[in-house]
Amino acid sequence: MAKPRIKVPKKVSAGDVITIKTLVSHKMESGQRKDKEGKPIPRMIINKFSCEFNGTPVFSCDIDPAIAANPYFEFKAKVEEAGTFKFTWVDDEGEVIEAEKEISLS
Amino acid sequence: MTKQSFHRRAFLSASAAAALSAFFGSGRVFAEAADVAKAIEAFTAGSEAGEGALTLTTPEIAENGNSVPVSVLVESPMTADDYVESVMLLAEGNPLPEVATFNFTPMSGEAKASTRMRLAKTQNVVALAKLSNGEIYKASNNVKVTIGGCGG
Amino acid sequence: MNYSRFIAAGLGVAITTTFVAATVVAGPVEDTLVIDDEIEIITRAPSSEGHPLPEVISGWHYRTDSTRAMEADSFANGGMLGVEQGAALWSTVEGSEGKSCESCHQDAATSMAGVGAIYPKWHEESGRPMNIELRINACRVDNMGAEPYKFDKGGQKPLTAFIKHQSLGEPVKVNLEEGEMQKWWEAGKELYYKRTGQLNLSCASCHELNNGKHIRADHLSQGNVNGFPTYRLKQGNLISLHNRFRGCIRDTRAEFPDAFSDDLMALEVYTTWRGQGLSVETPAVRQ
Repeated sequence: MAKPRIKVPKKVSAGDVITIKTLVSHKMESGQRKDKEGKPIPRMIINKFSCEFNGTPVFSCDIDPAIAANPYFEFKAKVEEAGTFKFTWVDDEGEVIEAEKEISLS
Repeated sequence: MTKQSFHRRAFLSASAAAALSAFFGSGRVFAEAADVAKAIEAFTAGSEAGEGALTLTTPEIAENGNSVPVSVLVESPMTADDYVESVMLLAEGNPLPEVATFNFTPMSGEAKASTRMRLAKTQNVVALAKLSNGEIYKASNNVKVTIGGCGG
Repeated sequence: MNYSRFIAAGLGVAITTTFVAATVVAGPVEDTLVIDDEIEIITRAPSSEGHPLPEVISGWHYRTDSTRAMEADSFANGGMLGVEQGAALWSTVEGSEGKSCESCHQDAATSMAGVGAIYPKWHEESGRPMNIELRINACRVDNMGAEPYKFDKGGQKPLTAFIKHQSLGEPVKVNLEEGEMQKWWEAGKELYYKRTGQLNLSCASCHELNNGKHIRADHLSQGNVNGFPTYRLKQGNLISLHNRFRGCIRDTRAEFPDAFSDDLMALEVYTTWRGQGLSVETPAVRQ
């Protein structure tokens, strides 16, 4: 799978609430479609996205087939210390995409 | 240059307006009211929903139902003993009403999130927020989904 | 009953009888496009001499607020996933010569800057115009010893998008003085105005005479091609120009020509000329 895109501010001050944006490439096959022969196309979606900071959960999302292809999430995080955000996407076949972003305090 | 095919008024049995069925196929047409009620019951455990603290933002008109921006914001101090636990999104007119559930923590700082969803047709989108103190809030918007003439 | 087929049957009638004046948004929206608050995009420009319309307008102006916002934020633009994939392909070695694009052209930000704005371009050896896709294929065969990409397959769309993206913001300008470009421009113009298909529509029927109006719920643009490959919400993917040409022609219910055929290359030359002065928007975001 392609590398996810993640946007986190590089420099933040302690106590800031920052905006994080993520975009990952995935077809998000809904399980509702049929192929040309009329056979149902099996569901194959990313069903869970989560974000942790220094090991503590910040935000997560339980995902259903109504999320658009190439899932996009924008959310907030309160930052009190320097550290590492860890992002995880899991799909129906159990494939896991992981990415990390470090931030420092200014 | 050869131009015959483009110039000839040939018959082509193309279905030009398959836009609606692109992602949802021709299986179930829309969610049953019972499915929506069941999803709400599972989330709220029967608590009454209030209004006001939850803002749901959707476009009035979506020019393609395959990618409709949606944002939620819940007013909350987001402290360890008073925060928003989760927000569930439902699309009443989709084959399956569940869209996504956002789970927040005090580390979120603000209970605000955005994503993009699929809407099979013009319908109501419902958001339900659950707070750490057990309070439930509800908001809903109507989104008009246009069916384009040009498949491309 | 099959609901979508029922709609399709009714569509022909709807199109041939009425181009509905806008009920929601009339004509192009007044707005300016600055990508990431940084790159100014020319989305309105005076038209070239001999152009039937007084002003050329990017398709961006015909889209809703949320679609326009998606293009203004390179992060929200799903087409950038393709551009990043193209960046990786740029430095991927393939073929018998052990080369990548980068082996000869180094940093694309420098070597490809402006290139996407001047294609299609006359190619003397083959005696026809060449677009970016054909240029990539020629490089793959002649210099890399690799197989050419098949239409819309392999890395064709992402690599084309990556190369064109290096000209983001640059005004489109085709050189009709070179070789036989003028002849191809004329052939393209003839096709542009030729009515075709069961619905008896030409490109001009929608994009010249009725832009700003609606075909059912679809808001017709001038059909400028400055944003291809384009990220379309419908497919959630990059869509190539020749795919879009074929889609449009199919919607008139005509048989459609092959990608990169003489017909579609002529049409690319002509439609690119029509949009001259607009910035390269690749990857644009459309419905």
